[in-house]
Amino acid sequence: VILAAASGEAATAFIEIGAVALVLAVLARLAAHAGFTAIPLYLIAGLFVGAGGVFPLDVSRDFISLVADIGVLLLLLTLGLEYSSSELRHGLRAGALAGAVDAAANFLPGFAAGLVLGLPVAAAVLLGGVTWVSSSGIVSKVLGDLDRLGNRETPTILNLLVIEDLAMAVFLPVAAALVVGRSFGDTALTITVALVAVGTIMALALQLGDRLSAVLHRAGDESLLLAVFGLTLVVGGLAQRLEVSAAIGAFLVGLALSGPVQERAGALIAPLRDLFAAVFFVFFSFQIDPADLFGSLVPAVVLAVVGIATKMGTGWFAAGRAGVGRAGRLRAGATLTARGEFSIVVASLGAGLADGERLGAVAAGFVLLTAVVGPLAARAVDRIGAEPVAA
Amino acid sequence: VPEIHETLLPGVGVRHEFTTSGGERLALLTHRTGRRELAVYDRNDPDACRTVLHLDTEDAGALGEVLGLNQVSDAVQAAQRLEGVAIDWITVPPGSATAGSTIGDGQFRTRTGTSIVAIVRGDTTIPAPGPDAAFEAGDVVVAIGTPEGLRSVRSLVGS
Repeated sequence: VILAAASGEAATAFIEIGAVALVLAVLARLAAHAGFTAIPLYLIAGLFVGAGGVFPLDVSRDFISLVADIGVLLLLLTLGLEYSSSELRHGLRAGALAGAVDAAANFLPGFAAGLVLGLPVAAAVLLGGVTWVSSSGIVSKVLGDLDRLGNRETPTILNLLVIEDLAMAVFLPVAAALVVGRSFGDTALTITVALVAVGTIMALALQLGDRLSAVLHRAGDESLLLAVFGLTLVVGGLAQRLEVSAAIGAFLVGLALSGPVQERAGALIAPLRDLFAAVFFVFFSFQIDPADLFGSLVPAVVLAVVGIATKMGTGWFAAGRAGVGRAGRLRAGATLTARGEFSIVVASLGAGLADGERLGAVAAGFVLLTAVVGPLAARAVDRIGAEPVAA
Repeated sequence: VPEIHETLLPGVGVRHEFTTSGGERLALLTHRTGRRELAVYDRNDPDACRTVLHLDTEDAGALGEVLGLNQVSDAVQAAQRLEGVAIDWITVPPGSATAGSTIGDGQFRTRTGTSIVAIVRGDTTIPAPGPDAAFEAGDVVVAIGTPEGLRSVRSLVGS
């Protein structure tokens, strides 16, 4: 009887998960056809199937939550795989000042908005993180699609992304410690432990990365996939034990892999990442009541307008320092305006906070707007930039 | 020779750029995947690319070969202007002992003082072949040296 009940439950889960995957497949195709990222569509799909949505699912929440968490780890792993250690060092040197301006100009609006909305300080800090980081996924796709990889402003943009991603390695553990919300002394201790742990893992990753990569490279595809997946989960889990945030552990695993194995692992993990990350985005808005999202529409729109303006300013400043002209500075700014996967990762840290649902709703609205407007703006500035020349 | 600037593109690859003698700025983007992009910058907006050519690994190889071929013919022309230096095209006959052996095996430079600058095989050319390059029957070997040296190469390859 128990077996029959369990298999009945499994059958329901299969049908529901399958149906959602099919819907996501259509959405991904639509997004690819329209030339923008599918993340906003995934978020909207999550609203429909979540609490208060039109088609609430009854698949076990624990199961989806675990799959979504693995999605975050894989997102961060592939982000780490993008960069080699020499690129990190170079990016840090080339863009440190621009990175600091970027942090100040884009963290503060979200943080201030959080305080104005009456969110707890920890949630306001997370909202600052949401508005801070550009989406490396969307930005690099836009650069490729618009044939701008060769452009003179592009290294500036890419260096900023590197710095933001590295800054997240510090920001996420700090934010995670704030979210736990203990006394000041305990929080300071947790943050110190977390930062020391990040520093140690990063040093280890850069030291042992080559040897690890050489060992892994001898493995066949199947074994390599399992090894990288396993390593990511183990390091992520250990990092979580130290309250560093599992995502950063995964990011550092990605950084540690270098050379030919870096590309092989990237290619092998990508389909897995797409699958798990789609679940993550759906699950994120699955937890948001659509009524909350409508309630947060005004703050989200205001924040998006401000956030787009501050990113434009950041790109304008950073590209100007690299000696790029007016049109290129506009392009740099517009390209950077899109926020995406990382903002959602940051916001999801606050799901357990008292005002977590409002934070989630504002963040979702903000990401929906900037992820759609960003690529459109990046395209549109080409025309604005070209006009004075044509006249 | 124009000065070539190298720029690291984190997460993408490397970009090399230079200005042609005609004043056009040209960039070659090498993706980590081996894919290349050949870009010409816009004269009005020097930060943007006017034309971008996408080349996969094979396309890039073909382009490199064509450019290399021109270098060989440049070398040939230069050689023909020098006194006492000659150039010869020598076909590797079927059944020759040279077929299957490498340039290094033949020790052509040591034994004859000539340099093998290219091997033409059907439609493709191997410009500036290294000592590991192997001959096949039917290859045309392009060699530069003194007339006597070239005669020795011809008899070595033909035997």
